[in-house]
Amino acid sequence: MTTTLPAYDEVVARYEPVIGLETHVELGTNTKMFCGCPTDFGGAPNTRVCPVCLGLPGSLPVANRAAVEATIRIGLALNCSIAQWCRFARKNYYYPDMPKNYQISQYDEPLCVDGYLDVEVNGEPVRISIERVHMEEDTGKTLHVGGATGRIHGATESLVDYNRAGIPLVEIVTKPIPGAGAMAPEVARAYVTELRDVLRSLGVSDVRMEEGSLRCDVNTSLNLPGEQWGTRTETKNVNSLRSVERAVRSEIIRQASVLTAGGRITQETRHFHEDTGDTTSGRSKETATDYRYFPEPDLVPVAPDPTWVAELKAALPELPRVHRRRLQQEWGLSDLDMQSILNAGAVELIEATIAAGATPTAARKWWLGELSRRANETGVELADIGATPKQVAELQGLVDAGKLTDKLARTVLEHVVAGEGSPAKIMADRKLEVVSDTGALTAAVDEAISANPAIADKVRGGKVAAAGALVGAVMKTTRGQADAKTVRELILERLGVQG
Amino acid sequence: MAAISREEVAHLARLSRLAVTEEELATLAGQLDVILQAVAQVGEVTAADIPPTSHSVPLTNVLRDDVVASCLTPQEALSGAPDAAEQRFRVPRILDEDVAS
Repeated sequence: MTTTLPAYDEVVARYEPVIGLETHVELGTNTKMFCGCPTDFGGAPNTRVCPVCLGLPGSLPVANRAAVEATIRIGLALNCSIAQWCRFARKNYYYPDMPKNYQISQYDEPLCVDGYLDVEVNGEPVRISIERVHMEEDTGKTLHVGGATGRIHGATESLVDYNRAGIPLVEIVTKPIPGAGAMAPEVARAYVTELRDVLRSLGVSDVRMEEGSLRCDVNTSLNLPGEQWGTRTETKNVNSLRSVERAVRSEIIRQASVLTAGGRITQETRHFHEDTGDTTSGRSKETATDYRYFPEPDLVPVAPDPTWVAELKAALPELPRVHRRRLQQEWGLSDLDMQSILNAGAVELIEATIAAGATPTAARKWWLGELSRRANETGVELADIGATPKQVAELQGLVDAGKLTDKLARTVLEHVVAGEGSPAKIMADRKLEVVSDTGALTAAVDEAISANPAIADKVRGGKVAAAGALVGAVMKTTRGQADAKTVRELILERLGVQG
Repeated sequence: MAAISREEVAHLARLSRLAVTEEELATLAGQLDVILQAVAQVGEVTAADIPPTSHSVPLTNVLRDDVVASCLTPQEALSGAPDAAEQRFRVPRILDEDVAS
């Protein structure tokens, strides 16, 4: 298609988007969902497999208590009701990523239902309703051979590694989210971000989108105001927070161009492409929707003891949103200031810097100032900038002790970011410490006065402002390593003038 | 009325990757129909106070501790595979050309 795509603003002025998100989380348990094979990442192919996860005849799966517990805790953190009784189900399909020809999942009896997650979009609260949270198992990894660039299309055969098959997976499904309008992409991103933070705070997963331990499918549809919701597409392969936002946006634009041209949206799976930001049609869903679910006969029902659930609920950690509100109060910040910290992804960094001894003001200044600027310039995440909270706190300590001026501290920080070690070491190695030796400083001041007799006379005559030129001269001889305020006081003292 | 149609049997055969001839389809549809009718008879006598049974044992919460157990070696894992390469299970082309286009 070579038609020009419509502008986003025009599209959302005409159509109303409805989005929905399905998120898969790989749990950080030691073993798989239904067998004792380890879940560690990166083993040689087919070295983490056993008769159960290979689906060999006669093997019997047994559910992992830690995985059930983690799922209940996720459900509780998302304000869900926990089922008193539920079953696993077989999802039948023929695709070699599962050796059994079915995936053990949950169907009409999920472990957790009807919750919500409150998120903030541009400072405004948005409540996302959660439909369900259920347990299932991950699939194996297929390597497609014979086609171009390892893709399934055109491949002549595939090679399968079942190390990942059977790793506990939790699927979290939102209810459809209407009414977000032009903000739909931001709402989607805010939801996944908040969900990731919640999962991290629970310690149930390492939630690394780039490594696939947190995966997101985005459903999108468009309708004209007052009309029924449109046909939705499901976009897969969305592997970063930024991609979540881009995928929704590009799919809204694509669907609008189809609809505006009089076309119809096909219900299908689409794949997001990180490089172009576009989606393309995935495999045909013609037969794939008929999974013939039925209760898993090899696994008995799960009926969580209400006392156990109550204990898990009581032991939930402080959730990120509550935690952030408490920090904002402790740090004495306005909503706007807190928002800029959130936008910069600096909450945890600032928190750790304060824990390492810096004041909230100083910690915020470094992370949102110098370090954010560098992160933007170099296009890296703030957390990966190369300076640690401990180093930033140490740097501020040197400033507070009068060993570094603000300007010198910025120079030291540059070297910290370059990986030259701790601020104290860099200051010593590079001789960046403030000249506080009064003898050396006095000599520099006297030199400046005798080199500029006319200016010195002006100052003596009461033109205190003229002392600035002398301060500049001293700073030059000390290569900026003196504290300007101290220098100024010293000059006035030598010239017998009151500051 | 038949409990299962010929079309449904053809659909199931396709989902199960079974190559079924027209004659087999007719035979199977008839046989499956008899089986389903028999099951339906049991359904007629089901009392309202008996919940549907999915498991024959009255157990819940059979759970295991999250402790690593021993795995198979790759050689053992692949020993029953029809074909293998690069220590992986080797399977025929997944997508048909017409689906892939």
